[in-house]
Amino acid sequence: MSPSRARAASKLPDAAPVFAALGDTTRLGLLGRLSAAGPLSISRLSEGTGVTRQAITRHLDALERVGLVRDDWHGRERVFSLDAKRLEIARQYLDHVAAQWNAAAARLKAFVEDGLDSSRG
Amino acid sequence: MTAQAQQATDKPVTDRIETRVEVNAPRSRVWRAVSTAREFETWFGIQLDGEFAAGATVRGRITIKGEPLTLDLSVERIEPEHYFSYRWHPYALDPKVDYSAEPRTLVEFRLDEIADGKSTAVTIVESGFDRIPLARRAEAYRMNDKGWAGQTKKLAAYVA
Repeated sequence: MSPSRARAASKLPDAAPVFAALGDTTRLGLLGRLSAAGPLSISRLSEGTGVTRQAITRHLDALERVGLVRDDWHGRERVFSLDAKRLEIARQYLDHVAAQWNAAAARLKAFVEDGLDSSRG
Repeated sequence: MTAQAQQATDKPVTDRIETRVEVNAPRSRVWRAVSTAREFETWFGIQLDGEFAAGATVRGRITIKGEPLTLDLSVERIEPEHYFSYRWHPYALDPKVDYSAEPRTLVEFRLDEIADGKSTAVTIVESGFDRIPLARRAEAYRMNDKGWAGQTKKLAAYVA
């Protein structure tokens, strides 16, 4: 196992709460907006969501607990930004699972296509 | 699109992976490779103890670093030439661990004709990862380097 893979594996226990926190469309939307336009205040993040400011704050707190976002005080306003490192851990896990199936799909393709002309078996 | 596929699309993205591959062969040929145990075991790299049938559990045997391991595939649904699904414990590769009480993921194969039936699009979806215990997911990640690289080499050798 390469050193980088060993490092990624040792970080994996951190990933499960991240997955749980991501399992919500409002929270995914917040991450998307922070990714595109962050850092953003709670009022800016609440705009156009049809969700109350209080609910948005709860979602942001949930994301912050698992380290997906962090907050800073700008005067009297809390401003949120992405914590890209934790997102990267979650992404790595999914990429890993997807890579296995990509390989299996490629084997299926090779198996079928190589056997077509010769009609082996 | 079937109702099942629609539901799958609506699931949180962290819970599922989706892979699509286009195979230059008619759907009936690809269906045989996916749905018959004798062909599945060849390209997948596993020995299966029985034939696939809805509701059947087929025991799979694989060898990881010379160590024989078993893996059960519980077939859920078979719609000839279109759809095949089973549940399993993903990467249940440690013989010392009893996985039977743990949730399983659902693996689905969907076949669609493309290019006037000359080719087939195969969509593979595995879902339910959010329910898999954390420790197991970490283990899956670790075991993978040993396990799947070997399977790929085996198939390459078979096909060559």
